[in-house]
Amino acid sequence: MTDETLCLSILLFIIGATGFLVRRNAIVALMSVELMLNACNLAFVAFSRQLGDVTGHIYVILIMTVAAAEAAVGLALVVLIFRARNAVNLDEINLMKG
Amino acid sequence: MIPAIFFYILAASTVVFALGVISFGSPMYSALCLIGCLFSIAGIFALQSAQLLAVLQVLVYAGAIMVLLLFVIMLLNLSPRELGPARVTRRKVLGSYVLAATGILLLTRLPGHGEPPAPGLGNDFGSIETVGYALYTEYLLPFEMVSLLLLAAIIGAVLLTRKSKGGGS
Amino acid sequence: MEPVVFPLLRWIPALPLIGFLINGLAAPANPSPWQTRRIHWVACLAPFGALVISILAFLELRALPAEARVLNDTVFTWIASGGFTAKLSFTVDPLSSVMTLVVTCVGFLIHVYSVGYMHGDRSYARYFSFLNLFTAMMLVLVLGDNLLLMFLGWEGVGLCSYFLIGFWYEDPEKASAGMKAFVVNRIGDFGFLLGIFLLFWSLGQQGIWTVDFQDIRQYAHLLSPAVVTAVCLLLFLGAMGKSAQIPLYVWLPDAMAGPTPVSALIHAATMVTAGVYMVARMGFLYITSDFAMQWVTWVGALTAVFAATIGLCQRDIKKILAYSTVSQLGYMFVAVGLGAYAAGIFHLMTHAFFKALLFLGAGSVMHAMGNETDIFKMGALRKKMPWTFWTFLIATLAICGFPPLSGFFSKDEILWQAYAAPRHGSLGLWLVLWLGAGITAFYMFRLVFVTFFGRPRDTHLHDHAHESPPAMTVPLALLGVGALSVGFLGIPDSWHVAHNLFEGFLAPVVGRPEHVPHGEHVFLVEMIFIGLSILAATTGTLLAAWMYLKDGTIPQRLAQRFPRVHDLLVHKYYVDEIYDFLLVTPIRRGSRKILWKIVDAGFLDDGLVNGAGRFFQASARRLRRLQTGDVPSYALGMALGVLAMIGFLLLK
Repeated sequence: MTDETLCLSILLFIIGATGFLVRRNAIVALMSVELMLNACNLAFVAFSRQLGDVTGHIYVILIMTVAAAEAAVGLALVVLIFRARNAVNLDEINLMKG
Repeated sequence: MIPAIFFYILAASTVVFALGVISFGSPMYSALCLIGCLFSIAGIFALQSAQLLAVLQVLVYAGAIMVLLLFVIMLLNLSPRELGPARVTRRKVLGSYVLAATGILLLTRLPGHGEPPAPGLGNDFGSIETVGYALYTEYLLPFEMVSLLLLAAIIGAVLLTRKSKGGGS
Repeated sequence: MEPVVFPLLRWIPALPLIGFLINGLAAPANPSPWQTRRIHWVACLAPFGALVISILAFLELRALPAEARVLNDTVFTWIASGGFTAKLSFTVDPLSSVMTLVVTCVGFLIHVYSVGYMHGDRSYARYFSFLNLFTAMMLVLVLGDNLLLMFLGWEGVGLCSYFLIGFWYEDPEKASAGMKAFVVNRIGDFGFLLGIFLLFWSLGQQGIWTVDFQDIRQYAHLLSPAVVTAVCLLLFLGAMGKSAQIPLYVWLPDAMAGPTPVSALIHAATMVTAGVYMVARMGFLYITSDFAMQWVTWVGALTAVFAATIGLCQRDIKKILAYSTVSQLGYMFVAVGLGAYAAGIFHLMTHAFFKALLFLGAGSVMHAMGNETDIFKMGALRKKMPWTFWTFLIATLAICGFPPLSGFFSKDEILWQAYAAPRHGSLGLWLVLWLGAGITAFYMFRLVFVTFFGRPRDTHLHDHAHESPPAMTVPLALLGVGALSVGFLGIPDSWHVAHNLFEGFLAPVVGRPEHVPHGEHVFLVEMIFIGLSILAATTGTLLAAWMYLKDGTIPQRLAQRFPRVHDLLVHKYYVDEIYDFLLVTPIRRGSRKILWKIVDAGFLDDGLVNGAGRFFQASARRLRRLQTGDVPSYALGMALGVLAMIGFLLLK
């Protein structure tokens, strides 16, 4: 089962990454990031089960915590940008264009 | 056998919901799909003897984070018109190629069906006692640091969105 | 044996060097009378000081026993690399002692003469600083203990020659004369360097890394004959350039563009003799290579005659003397080529005196005639410029080899060796040199008769002519004394009148010429030859008198009878034109079309320098597009990076 789980994890990660790169909406991009993080969680759990080490679970907890923090701050930023520019379209937010 | 069937069902639903996340035009639908995805993943966790994690996933991820997300989506209240037309930029195309390549690369290099699960995997492998014990002894430092991180995130989120004295940000 | 340390030696070249620095760094244009006095006092004291020390060194040398006559002064270690060291070290042995005495003595007199000649010149200071620098470099050349120092001096005198020939550089012709001298010298120097390299490397192959003369002399027997010959020929290539032998003599006549004292010092007495000195110094090497000796001998002989023939039809007083210098240098090389090094150096010494005298006399004449150099505009100067005339006459008699002047002894010694030297002497060689002597007498007296006798050809110039100031005439007189007396140092032993002091003095360094079998009939033959040379000189003189003394039309009629020969001689056998056609113009054109346009402007300027600029501009323009400000694009970049890493790790 480990292999299949890993396979799923990879798939999920790719889907998440694609979403992040392709979608313009900032919120959906954030959600894709969550997807990627979850894929990592899956991988950790699979390996932890295979190796019999509970360290993997600890990592998952830490990742979840980080994801929560990141989601909070990220959404705060999105709200700020929306207030400032009235748009959440990532294609249009390019003030830093060099 | 039975766990296998469950696994495949749950896996399938995960993938379907994930695709839904990135496909829908309205962010609300995407969020709902994400919730479904998270539930499926929780199920897989359970199958993998990670009971605590499964519960945590539902409580924290699906319960808290997604709710926050939904709040923000509803707050912004974007109409589809505001979202603008979808453009196929070079970046997107290139990005999909890159990711496809990565995915293929990884998938084809998975190790073979070799290792059986480690022996002596007790019933309480992923239980709250085991994980809790490890968390509070061996991994105490990361645990404390992560709580600091959460503190910083809270303060940051509040500070960022506070309306400043003079007017808009 | 260990040389005796004589710490004053370093001041022989150092004093003129200091003079150069003082006058060079404080060089006002158009100096005031006070400044002028300062300049020439400094400039003349320097070589005088060097002369004094040279005399001291000479006396010190004489006090030593004959086999141990070496003085040394090591200043510091110049190069120390692995097993190889080269020191800045000056050595006086009989050979270099003679050379330093000649250089400092004649040099000093010419410095004094220049005070009068260059009076009022705008670049008075620059002139004297260069003259001092030249003296310093020449002394380094002569005193150097090793090939490196000799080469340093060699190049240094070449450089000063360039400076001094092109002294009045505002005139493009004079400037290009300077360049011509330097470039032609360079060709010779190339051979010289290759010779040094070959010698150094070949000895090194045997395990001996040195450039010191003493060491080379000690270990020369380790070298194969082919290498020795090659080294000798290559070094001689340098001598051909520096001492104006065929085919690299072409710079010397043009070098007459410089001030006349320069011509006297550099192109008569000192620099051009550096080649002869070098061959004498390396004589121990030359004597082991038959081919090299023959080569040197015959190049010298041919040059001697060839240059003499050109002198027959020249009108410019300095050019006549220039060709005569080339010719006399040929004689010197014949001597050293035959192994009679003492004879060659002896002629070098006597030549220094009478040739310097000739040039300074010519300068005096030019000074009086408003810088006119065409002898056919002069005439009847002997009453107007008695000092000049009498000293000039003495010098002319010397160069023609009339006894008992110095030139007679030295030239005849060479002629005798040309016939009698066991290995390479021959009647043919003697004949060539004998003819050269006759021609020399002819054109020299042609010069004297046209310039000093007869009726003035340009009355305006003649009216303004006057004798030169004492600053110029006193050196003339002193040189005249030298030209008269120096010869007695070298009376051959075989005459049983006196010992050949000169040859004896030099013998520990250069050996004696290979001995001709003694005997009464040999002495008789020698006397006959002497008689023949005096005959040749007299014939030449009388012929010149017949043609030029009486203002006749004989020269013109001869020229009409043999127009092509006359043309050939007047145009110096068209050698310069040939060189121009074969070498100069193709090189120039090639340089302009290829080296300049394509390589320099095209490749280096545009391709590399501008190209580098263009490259960076273009790549910046392209790379700038990465900075989109678009976050997802950055994420794409990261994804690409991740792909690369994973790919690398998995596919390893």
